[in-house]
Amino acid sequence: MIALILSALWGVVMMFSGIFLKNKKAAAPVAIIGIIALLVVTYLEYSTVLYLDADIRGMLKFSPFGQVFTGIVFFCTLIYFILNATEFEETGNDTFEYYALIFFILSGIGLVTYFNTLLMLFLGIEIISIPLYILAGSDKKNLKSNEASLKYFLMGAFSSGIMLMGIAFLYGASGTFYVDGINVATAGFSPMIAIGLVLLLIAMSFKVSAAPFHFWTPDVYDGSPTVVTSFMATIVKVASFVAFLCLFDNAFGKVHADWQILVALITAATLFIGNITAVFQQSVKRMLSYSSIAQAGFMLLAVFSLNTFAKEGLILYAAAYSLATIGSFAIVAKMKDYSLEGFNGLGKTQPFLALMNTIFLLSLTGIPLTAGFFAKYYMLIGAVKAGNQIWLVIFAVLMAAVSAYYYFRVIQAMYFKEGNAGTKPVSPVFKYTLLFTAILVIVLGMFPSLLTKALY
Amino acid sequence: MNPKDVLLTFPELLLWFPLISGLIAFALKKSDQAKKWALTSSFITVGIVAASLFFTDQKYFNFNNVSYFWMPSIGSSFALMYDGMGRMLCLLTAISFPLVFLSTYNNDYKKPNSFYGLMLLTQAGLMGVFCAMDALVFYFFWELALIPVYFLSSIWGGEKRIQATFKFFVYTFAGSLLLLIGIIYVYLHTPEGTFSLRTFMDAKLPPGKEKFVFWLFFIAFAIKMPVFPFHTWQPDAYEQSPTGVTMILSGVMVKMGVFALIRWLVPVFPYATQIFSNIIIVLAVIGMIYASCIAWMQDDIKRLVAYSSIAHIGLMCAAVFARAESGVEGVMVQMFNHGINIIGLWIVVNAIEKYWGTRKISELGGLANTSPTLTIFLVIIALANIALPLTNAFVGEFLMFNGLFTYGKWTTAIALISIILAAVYTLNMIQKVFYGPVRAHYPLAGVTKLDKGAIIALSVIVVIIFVLGVYPKPLIELTINTVGAFMSKVQGL
Repeated sequence: MIALILSALWGVVMMFSGIFLKNKKAAAPVAIIGIIALLVVTYLEYSTVLYLDADIRGMLKFSPFGQVFTGIVFFCTLIYFILNATEFEETGNDTFEYYALIFFILSGIGLVTYFNTLLMLFLGIEIISIPLYILAGSDKKNLKSNEASLKYFLMGAFSSGIMLMGIAFLYGASGTFYVDGINVATAGFSPMIAIGLVLLLIAMSFKVSAAPFHFWTPDVYDGSPTVVTSFMATIVKVASFVAFLCLFDNAFGKVHADWQILVALITAATLFIGNITAVFQQSVKRMLSYSSIAQAGFMLLAVFSLNTFAKEGLILYAAAYSLATIGSFAIVAKMKDYSLEGFNGLGKTQPFLALMNTIFLLSLTGIPLTAGFFAKYYMLIGAVKAGNQIWLVIFAVLMAAVSAYYYFRVIQAMYFKEGNAGTKPVSPVFKYTLLFTAILVIVLGMFPSLLTKALY
Repeated sequence: MNPKDVLLTFPELLLWFPLISGLIAFALKKSDQAKKWALTSSFITVGIVAASLFFTDQKYFNFNNVSYFWMPSIGSSFALMYDGMGRMLCLLTAISFPLVFLSTYNNDYKKPNSFYGLMLLTQAGLMGVFCAMDALVFYFFWELALIPVYFLSSIWGGEKRIQATFKFFVYTFAGSLLLLIGIIYVYLHTPEGTFSLRTFMDAKLPPGKEKFVFWLFFIAFAIKMPVFPFHTWQPDAYEQSPTGVTMILSGVMVKMGVFALIRWLVPVFPYATQIFSNIIIVLAVIGMIYASCIAWMQDDIKRLVAYSSIAHIGLMCAAVFARAESGVEGVMVQMFNHGINIIGLWIVVNAIEKYWGTRKISELGGLANTSPTLTIFLVIIALANIALPLTNAFVGEFLMFNGLFTYGKWTTAIALISIILAAVYTLNMIQKVFYGPVRAHYPLAGVTKLDKGAIIALSVIVVIIFVLGVYPKPLIELTINTVGAFMSKVQGL
């Protein structure tokens, strides 16, 4: 609760400090202080040292699951801030505002993690989306960035509309916004509930860019400044997934069997489209965008299976995927040329960056000894345990094999192809942070229980 | 004795030693240092395995078994065991690496520290596979052994290395992922909910599903071995990899597949094995004949050896599924011998390529005149490869055919054709390359003498060929318990 308030407050602090501190370079330290404060507060709340007793009418429900998740989000954001400090300054003149918007998004993420009523869910999603529309267009002079912003806005508004309609149907059927009430009401599975459920499923699929509602993703991710893409594709995406999981677990858990097949179909379509299209990309940035659709397919398995493995797995997946993708995007942002050829020979010109990128890409592929392996493993074990749809698991695994193709193409380009990959100058802090992130990826790949046991 | 009385058990030692020395090799900057370090380290590993052969008795249980809690929440523990088969294959792994390092000692690699580092990491991964007693640990090492090889072949390989290695990688990665689903499925049906091999054997799978999961496991192993029709990655990968890596791939890594059949497939799914052994034996026999025919037609010596290896592995696979005691014993013996022999063949091929600049049979001829030493070695190893009596491979093949015979006469008769074909293509190759008129290709730079390292390695191999050909008892005794356990599993139906 305190972290939630603090994140919104810090957004305001960031905006004001933009007025008082004229120097662009001061923005990153202020933001980093804020995020560290958020981390500390989250930890204190998690260990129940701090506790704010506010009357929120049960609209939010604080659970260790949510707290661990927001902890991961704040931590990833911290790494993201450190890695991308210079990119923030280069994007435009309003550096302080970009950080402020991100803090507002973080408070929105808090809402969608802790929501107990659909009202809060909707508020959270909107608080996340609106700053993102602005951030997507933050490179004002770039036409592609403008296009991304507009496209994202139109699609986002559209999906919010669908979501509101779904919420209205559910309210009509159950007379409440509270997820528990809706869960009770699903016992008599009326057409109204079914319509509401399907509308919410569509709206959430929009937000997590699941096929066939993914069409906005590649253009938006490709058009936005890389630093924003990195945030959208990782932290915002996993937050939407947690909302997705919590919503369908708490509100529609009783009728799981009725909608499971729908999710299975969406999952299969997402995996297929994401992986197959990623194979044909020539730009690494665009490849990572499609791969984020493919990874979304894997995370959807958690919604499909909806058991303890799924919950633990989603937490692991959130950490593994965010860390690796943030790292990989940070390296892409340092490249002079985003195309695959631009990576040729990086292993010679920048051996350290190439090695780090290899570790991140191996983790995204799901090779043992990296966090990505256990993330995928938990998803698979959850889905096998959910039973009856083994075809989906096998399909997911085959698609994971396809994903090896495009991730390894980057590794091939870096090490086995001749070339002279150019990078912008990188600071020692950047390097140490990358190293730290890579070490985390490997440590989580050896001891995933470090994270999963925090849930209990 | 309490497990804590032993500081480090043998399997741990075999795992950690190459791993750490591999990491150290990365740090060595001078080319000679890395080379010498790798060679020394591989010799020490041989020493460790040799020492471990004296501690096979049951009273040394704590020297050979270890188990830590790894992920208690999902019932996986870091369990290693060092039984007869594991010991034999670890011995093979340990012997192969110094042979490889010695015979390619004069090859110069760019970035030698990375090359030798990755080689030693491969060794650690292989040891892990052969000792793992926990399905998840096994899967871990199964994958980990693949990654260094991928880099080794892609960086130091031939012209078309990137495509060939990539094909190899995607094939095996797809197979491993299927294996992972299979492991998860069995795990969810084990009585105690752990990954250990013992509970896997007790798992009660629904009858219809057992057949299905069996194939998930089998395809992964079949790709690795490789068995027809999953073999298409192999000739390309062997051809394009640097010779040292090809030796490891064909000598040791393919044994991972056969090993996995004996340890992880048949004992876990005895019923499904019974149902499907017909199909698999038919596939294996088709593969033997088919690969032998293709080998006959090859012009490239490297591809010839690659196809002959497919034929040999096909026979091992058939013998495992024939489930006769002598056959399985033959597989054990042959796993070791085939590994040694094929490394010998690759050393000769490497020498030919190095001195004459080509591997094409049509361009070579009359090598016996210029380099008699090489010819003598090749003839001995090639005769071992076609399993002539008095050579080590004869023992294994005889036992395997004996086992296959109890399964079916006609199958055995057809499978035996491949032996004839093996003689045809091997002798054909020897005749064309070593005898006959001396062709236009003269030795490069006038060098016809073998390296010292290669001579030592080949001599060791020839000694092993004859010793084990005349006296195979130590190998059989080493693995007799494993075979017994295997048989009790398949006969207990």
